[in-house]
Amino acid sequence: MSFAKINDDILRTLHPPGFVYYVAVLLALSALSLGIWAFLHQAQTGLGVAGYEHPILWGVYITDFVFWVGIAHSGTLISAVLFLFRAKWRTAVARASEAMTVFAVATAGLFPIIHIGRPWFFYWLIPYPNTRDLWVNFRSPLIWDVFAISTYLTVSAMFLYLGLMPDIAAARDSVKDWRRPIYRVLSLGWLGTSRQWRHYTALYGFFAALATPLVISVHSVVSWDFAMSILPGWHSTIFAPYFVAGAIFSGLAMVITLLVPMRRIFKLESYITVHHFENLAKLMLTTSLIVGYAYLTEFFIAWYSGSSFERGTFFDRMFGQYWAYSWTMFSCNVILPLILFWKTVRTNLKALFIISLFVNVGMWLERYVIIVTSLSHDFDPANWAQVYQPTWVEGAITLGSFGLFFTLFLLFVKNFPAVSITEMKETMDRSAEADPASAWPKPV
Amino acid sequence: MAKRIEILGLFDQGKTAAASAREILESELGTVVAYSPVPDHALDQALHVTVSPVRLFVLIGGLVGCITGFAFPIYTVLDWPMITGGKPLISIPPFVVIAFELTILFGAIGGMLSFLVLSGLPRLIGKRAPDPRLTNDLTGISVTCKQDHVLEVRRCLEHHGACEIRG
Repeated sequence: MSFAKINDDILRTLHPPGFVYYVAVLLALSALSLGIWAFLHQAQTGLGVAGYEHPILWGVYITDFVFWVGIAHSGTLISAVLFLFRAKWRTAVARASEAMTVFAVATAGLFPIIHIGRPWFFYWLIPYPNTRDLWVNFRSPLIWDVFAISTYLTVSAMFLYLGLMPDIAAARDSVKDWRRPIYRVLSLGWLGTSRQWRHYTALYGFFAALATPLVISVHSVVSWDFAMSILPGWHSTIFAPYFVAGAIFSGLAMVITLLVPMRRIFKLESYITVHHFENLAKLMLTTSLIVGYAYLTEFFIAWYSGSSFERGTFFDRMFGQYWAYSWTMFSCNVILPLILFWKTVRTNLKALFIISLFVNVGMWLERYVIIVTSLSHDFDPANWAQVYQPTWVEGAITLGSFGLFFTLFLLFVKNFPAVSITEMKETMDRSAEADPASAWPKPV
Repeated sequence: MAKRIEILGLFDQGKTAAASAREILESELGTVVAYSPVPDHALDQALHVTVSPVRLFVLIGGLVGCITGFAFPIYTVLDWPMITGGKPLISIPPFVVIAFELTILFGAIGGMLSFLVLSGLPRLIGKRAPDPRLTNDLTGISVTCKQDHVLEVRRCLEHHGACEIRG
């Protein structure tokens, strides 16, 4: 095993793709096109084409928003938090997770815009001097969201780019095709001098230290969109940690969903090993247990509060008109992941991939259940009969968001090193023999 | 002024490159710039690399962000006083969220800008990496020395196992 082999193996992913890749890109682009078309229809016709009806005025779009913000979180967990803990196994999966973070936040950021009635005025959310002499309301959690999400997107994009810089330079010096001048510009003329590495390593550490509290704050702020209201089922102090744990849980599932096919398509089996997946599965199991504990605590608080409205909302959540969503959510997020206690499941990639798909579905349903059941079962019994039915427009836009996310991710992994070359070389034991898997530190 | 010559030694091990750099600097044969595909602590020690000042700019950025995060919302509520939810105009708890986010944002931007400036980036024109293998698997020691020291420098690089010497 040598530095040159790592370079060649990882840069091989930039070679012209095969049939499967093109099919995947075509599917993603088709979904994206459908989403754009549905959004244009909504913009032209009005928000009435969504299934909103009083009192359920938040629905699929806010569900999508929370879902995509959540997906972003595990990327930062892997790239920043595990970096601070010196968990070296993160190296193989950090780049894909970081990229996933950036694309997921970018996708999430579109949904508040899609959700508002006049999306062309979205910039009114940003505080800027204007002729109306008005400022935004900084006491509103929605404005906290603007600051939290834009900060998260900016910081995670810079973090990703910083890590990429030496790798783009390696691509610049190896790739011979039309992309070479692009890599030259994007590498910013990186030389790899000791002086540059000194500043690079210092900043990388600081980014990790800044991103760690940031990731906790972002989903806490998102949870306060709900918790700051007085609605039964939302007004709870448990929301911030509950949302952060759920976000990391869903993000880890998405990492597994993306990495299993990526590893196979790009033949990265020597770098992304079963040990890495097993560690991801352990993290997923841990966060699943936290999420399960939070679900049960919510019910306990509802009962212990003595509030009939709080109790009514939670009873309705499990046994009311949305019972099927709630039970599916509970099964996917709490019961199914329990099989990860078995090592044979954790080390079986097919099983992990299937579980991760169920968890993705379960976590999307979690946000849907929280939003819709609470809104449909508020303080006014006259509203309780209302059933929210998402329309095809909401479905198409949701599908389009998956299309956007996968398009960005697929383009990224084909044009930039999908595994960090620098960190792989750093963690490699240069004395290791031909078996690359034996060169990496064994996961704890 | 005597003409200065640039000599590049390529090594396949960072440790041997560091040893040659140390010897050249200790013998005062010339100035050394090291290139490597990964951060190399042996090289840092040989070149007496000090702690990066990036941390200072992260701190300054963070402090500016924190102050801005409180000052800006306070300015806006005083500029157009409008009570919402019966809360005081200057409500510190909600402004903490803005201040926290801006602390992180400005700290990160300060760090990134200082990193670029201190590292001499972007460098889209002018000097390029002396060898494409320096981002791949080789460590390079570039020595700028007087004409009189060329032989000595070459001997030192060779002695420490340079696989290729140029210049």
